[in-house]
Amino acid sequence: MAEQPHDLATGARRPTVIADDLHIVYRVNGARSGRDGATAALSRIVRRGSGDEARGVRRVQAVRGVSFVAHRGEAIGLIGSNGSGKSTLLRAVAGLLPAERGKVYTDGQPSLLGVNAALMNDLTGERNVILGGLAMGMSREQIKERYQEIVDFSGINEKGDFITLPMRTYSSGMAARLRFSIAAAKDHDVLMIDEALATGDRGFQKRSEDRIRELRKQAGTVFLVSHNNKSIRDTCDRVLWLERGELRMDGPTDEVLREYEKFTGK
Amino acid sequence: MSHTTQDGGVAVSAIPSPDEGPTAAQLAAAYGLAVSGARPSLAEYVRQLWGRRHFILAFSQAKLTAQYSQAKLGQLWQVATPLLNAGVYYFIFGVILHASRGLSQDVYIPFLVTGVFVFTFTQSSIMSGVRAISGNLGLVRALHFPRASLPISFSLQQLQQLLFSMIVMFVVAIGFGSGPSLSWLLIVPVLVLQFLFNTGLALIVARLGAKTPDLAQLMPFVLRTWMYTSGVMFSISKMMEGRSELAVRLLQVNPAAVYMDLMRYALIDGYGASNLPPHVWAIALFWAVVVFAGGFVFFWKAEERYGRG
Repeated sequence: MAEQPHDLATGARRPTVIADDLHIVYRVNGARSGRDGATAALSRIVRRGSGDEARGVRRVQAVRGVSFVAHRGEAIGLIGSNGSGKSTLLRAVAGLLPAERGKVYTDGQPSLLGVNAALMNDLTGERNVILGGLAMGMSREQIKERYQEIVDFSGINEKGDFITLPMRTYSSGMAARLRFSIAAAKDHDVLMIDEALATGDRGFQKRSEDRIRELRKQAGTVFLVSHNNKSIRDTCDRVLWLERGELRMDGPTDEVLREYEKFTGK
Repeated sequence: MSHTTQDGGVAVSAIPSPDEGPTAAQLAAAYGLAVSGARPSLAEYVRQLWGRRHFILAFSQAKLTAQYSQAKLGQLWQVATPLLNAGVYYFIFGVILHASRGLSQDVYIPFLVTGVFVFTFTQSSIMSGVRAISGNLGLVRALHFPRASLPISFSLQQLQQLLFSMIVMFVVAIGFGSGPSLSWLLIVPVLVLQFLFNTGLALIVARLGAKTPDLAQLMPFVLRTWMYTSGVMFSISKMMEGRSELAVRLLQVNPAAVYMDLMRYALIDGYGASNLPPHVWAIALFWAVVVFAGGFVFFWKAEERYGRG
């Protein structure tokens, strides 16, 4: 288990996120190994038992006993192989995934950067900007104020009046650009960025990286999940390394990345 | 890295030394950090929900628009769908089965159309309520908002759907000789009460459906049974003539029957107060308030658990 963050005592900095022995468990219905037919399902129901296992529910322990303290002004990278629990941990810190055990304390409301789930492909880009903004908790006035900024940033209208067309008619790159532009329109206290958000062509990638940097400056604390060690090195001063849901290492970026690269054999 | 923020120095006295090893809870308390994802108080929850009213409305309208956006006739289907529905029910129950018993044709057709639309309002609110959380886990796991926004938004979508159907209802009513009259104003309170009732039910099934998604498979059967016992296609008082008073009253206090009968009473000239149970408005109000308030509290009680996989 990793040590407690090294700076609990310095006292100069204000904690914004405290995770205390956090456990997250996913329950998956109908995914039990072995027989999976209707009869098997029936026999599981008939077989009395109060445990999840007996009822054919599989438990997937995604995060096991993670503890850390994040401070104002820190940019923290989350690394680890696929399925190590990085995104789950972010969601739990944001209070979007209920914890099985343990607690997360936060200063203000941490938010995930991303609105994809709230947008609808059958609606025009225009309506999606409004819907996405409202879903993130912006007021109608704020959205009206930022509307042009969002559309301009996405560059959707560079090739004609696309913003009034349904989003399903967009190319995947265009849709990704609009989604990022909406998501990045709001300022956040504690900001959590999950993986390659900066998509699209080279020009847009550059723009969105700049925007993320800007957001980071405004936000009190930033969490960044990425598989790109370079972008972690560029943006983060501290790194949490998760493996199989456990916190394997927590420390300054260089130290942790060195170990991680050794581990992954790079 | 170790820069000092202005507010960092203020709370120095509250910081325990490392040797004592402050617990996370103590540290959180010292800096005024709150548990992430904790359930707010009921009053605070209502306040948050009110703050999200624009999102709730926009989401329901977006869902409604998205429904027909690929069709060539587009939003015309909002009206065409209920019209076709009414036609099918008329063909089966009016022409083939002669379920009109005791009602003249002029009354029966608007009676049937009103019944179908009003019941569909409740039915689809419940069906979308069951999936409100379980079918939108992506949204629940990505963004913060009071989760009750979802079932309420879906009920609101169904209300707007019903308003489109009302156009058909008015045309049918006028076509069969029930011209617009003052009693049509009663439609407004009926709609409000039924909307409250539906939303309460949607909130209840949303919580149940979040824990047990299988409910979505079961619900159609429950709803169909409810429909056939609610007098959508036949008049309860005419059908039950000669049966005991108690049996008739029991069928008539069924909330679905209450809202349907009130709507028919408001809309159709030939459908008089004799078809309504006594104290019908009180019953309608009772169902609306009790189910809405109960459903809201029931849903709120599990607020912090929605989104668990």
